[in-house]
Amino acid sequence: MPARVYVVGAGMTKVGRHFDKGLVELAAEAYDAAVEDAGIEPAGIVVANMMAGSLQGQDSLGALIASSLGLRYRPALHVEAACGSGGAAVYTAYSLVASGLLPSVVVIGVEKMTDYPTAIVTEALAQAADADYEVFYGASFAALNALMMRLYMRRYGVSRDEMSEWPVMMHENALSNPYAQLHKRITRRMVAESQVVADPIRLLDSSPIGDGAAAVILASEEEAVRSKWGATVEVAGVGLAVDTVELSNREALDEVPALGEAARRAYSMAGLGPGDIDVAEIHDAFTITAMLSIEALGFAGKGEAAKQLARGRFHPGDKPTLNPSGGLKARGHPVGATGVYQVAELTMQLRGDYPGLRVEDARNALASNIGGDGSTTTVIILRRR
Amino acid sequence: MPRPGIVGWGAYIPRYRLPASETAQLWGYPDAVPARLGVPEKSVAGPDEDSVTMGVEAALNALRRAGIEASRIGAVFVGSESKPYAVKPSATIIAEAIGATPDTMASDLEFACRAGSEGLRAALGLVEAGRIQYGLAVGSDTAQASPGDVLDFTAASGAAAYIVGPSRESVAVLEGVYTYVTDTPDFWRRDGSPYPLHGEAFTGAPAYFHHIVSAVKGLMESLGLKPADFDYAVFHQPNTSFPLRAAKKLGIPPEKVEPGLVVRWIGNTYNASALLGLAKVLDEAEPGSRILLAPFGSGAGADAYSFIVTDLVEEKRPRAPRVADYLARRRRITYAAYAKYRNLYRRAEW
Amino acid sequence: MPLRPLSPPKIWRRRRQHYRLEAARCRSCGRVFYPPRPHCPYCGSRETEPVPLQLARGRLLTYTVEYTVPSGFRSQAPLVIGLAEIGGARVLAPITDADPEEVEVGMCVEPVLRRVRSTDPYGLIAYGVKLRPCLQGGGGGGGAGEGGQGDS
Repeated sequence: MPARVYVVGAGMTKVGRHFDKGLVELAAEAYDAAVEDAGIEPAGIVVANMMAGSLQGQDSLGALIASSLGLRYRPALHVEAACGSGGAAVYTAYSLVASGLLPSVVVIGVEKMTDYPTAIVTEALAQAADADYEVFYGASFAALNALMMRLYMRRYGVSRDEMSEWPVMMHENALSNPYAQLHKRITRRMVAESQVVADPIRLLDSSPIGDGAAAVILASEEEAVRSKWGATVEVAGVGLAVDTVELSNREALDEVPALGEAARRAYSMAGLGPGDIDVAEIHDAFTITAMLSIEALGFAGKGEAAKQLARGRFHPGDKPTLNPSGGLKARGHPVGATGVYQVAELTMQLRGDYPGLRVEDARNALASNIGGDGSTTTVIILRRR
Repeated sequence: MPRPGIVGWGAYIPRYRLPASETAQLWGYPDAVPARLGVPEKSVAGPDEDSVTMGVEAALNALRRAGIEASRIGAVFVGSESKPYAVKPSATIIAEAIGATPDTMASDLEFACRAGSEGLRAALGLVEAGRIQYGLAVGSDTAQASPGDVLDFTAASGAAAYIVGPSRESVAVLEGVYTYVTDTPDFWRRDGSPYPLHGEAFTGAPAYFHHIVSAVKGLMESLGLKPADFDYAVFHQPNTSFPLRAAKKLGIPPEKVEPGLVVRWIGNTYNASALLGLAKVLDEAEPGSRILLAPFGSGAGADAYSFIVTDLVEEKRPRAPRVADYLARRRRITYAAYAKYRNLYRRAEW
Repeated sequence: MPLRPLSPPKIWRRRRQHYRLEAARCRSCGRVFYPPRPHCPYCGSRETEPVPLQLARGRLLTYTVEYTVPSGFRSQAPLVIGLAEIGGARVLAPITDADPEEVEVGMCVEPVLRRVRSTDPYGLIAYGVKLRPCLQGGGGGGGAGEGGQGDS
């Protein structure tokens, strides 16, 4: 039985086009905020990032980030799982603390996407897919999700209008989030008429490109009680599951089967079920990803997510409330960092100090992070003690 | 030595067609110019096609008809004047793609429009000599012409493939072949030059007609045949009038030439020209027919073959798409799209 | 310019999968899968054998029309990408020889060899599998695999 682990500090940068900041500057901003928030310094570092290698020509991120933060000689790792790097990094940090190896670990998710034009960033993002059999053909990451979106809508009779409610809700939720990239109200009609990216995915179905960093500090019970917030937010359950990278060898194309697996493990460990979750930050890289996530997490039956959403479920006031931050769509998606943003946001929700849209009296929170179109999935469940 | 023959044949024509009217209008030609050529539209390879991809499909069609395992092919010859690589054989890509590697001869041949035919003749010879059991000869081109030159009306894309082998498996047995070559500079392209140049009228009498007529006469003499002995005459087709005039010079009536004419629908496919004509004839010829095949290549040379069609042609015919199926598959494009497919735009991408 | 040039060993290493649509059949569970992997992704067995699907015909399960294309693909835009069931395996490949309006879920598709990319005029050309609407006439399916199970 692993030891209890707590989230004792959280910090993040606004998501946007920070032309004046590189990887280390962004990481420092989030880290400093997290350390200030926690009142303790971490013993170890786990960096979550997807594209430093392809876009910045930079590897060795564990060493680079740690040493740039004055943390030379501490143990530091870089975890990569495409856009699921954040969740996987939190899972890794959890295991380092829960095993008793380290008393505290900061997870820093950092991503720099805006140094190059869209065509090049698109190519780099596609590295989440199979290089020899998907990217080889020019299939973009959006295209792969679009294959699933068309199939899902046809099979379950889901309309474009029903799907469009998701981006609308995301933008609405983000309006009060000071860290969000986008602060703009949109309508279902605007979504349906926005530029086609990869049919049927439209521009307003897709998370934007942006830079950002978020940091959370995980600590043992002993360390946690010494921190500013105390042993308040516990990591109650974690689950991580992978699937094939290539879409062609999935067991189902209208699900994210690995996410279902990861969720089962996290729920089981936490002793909770989908009905216990008050607030969740789920992975809406595209609208379809959100729908499939809702279903994999047990919040709706197969084919039901969009229909229920369009009828009002999951909006603020509902249990669960989904993505009060505005999600990947409107808070933004600095890919490798997103999973850490989710945990940082939920930590603040459970503590009651989230600066954006608050879910009052939340006790159980769930973060769901996906790499690729379902190849690496992580579920982190947090509980207020 | 056993007579060799054609064991399987295959064609490929891309789906795009550029109307001659587009070219005439853009480059300021009166309608009489394309009308005289008899080519109202020509076939154009799509942006993801080249002489290798077209050759592969034609070869797979030939394989379907031949009904043999590709690993039994002992030689692969590819004739083209629009190879994707100046150095790196198309033959190995095609051989690999159909499953004929590694135990096979393979090479690319160049002789303007008759390299495919040279490969056919060489493969037949290897079978006849008992050196190989089956051979594959491909003629494939995405013919290029300087934009706005009169060749722009006819330079087209297509491929044809022939698997040759023993006569007992053949749909058409080789009765005889004759090749006639001289050094005649009627049409050429220097290394590094994107487009060929030609001697206009010089490409006619001293080149096309002299070599074809000489080769056919040489064939008839060696086999003791007369023009009337042939049921079909298939010639290299740079335009609609040249093959009909060659037939007239040889005393062959136009009805015997028409079935093998593809240029009317798709233009001049260079190394695939006469070979697609032959494929079209094999798609319809009755057993017992005698076919004259006379490809020509600038530089210059011509071959003349006589084939006798066997009963097997009817059994093998339905196993792959016919030339008519490819002719029926057409999509008109504008000159702007043609220029894009042929990479005529100068672009920069960061 | 694209992130990296084409690698000669990689093109050579994948030539059968890319030229002949060579899939794998698991001898333990019977599944046919593409791309082939050292272990069957379905049952984990190492007992697999190659199955070329280049002569098979299949059915289109889903597709997309991609307008935002990666670096180097502007000349192919819009790029139609399809996922088809062929010979019992599922294959993801671009759809060629069809305008986007002509593409329909459920349509018959067949594999063809086409140029996939060439990162610069002096570099290698990568050939691969694309899918096109089944041609009228001719034998069609003759190789490994007729129809298959329904979609997943």
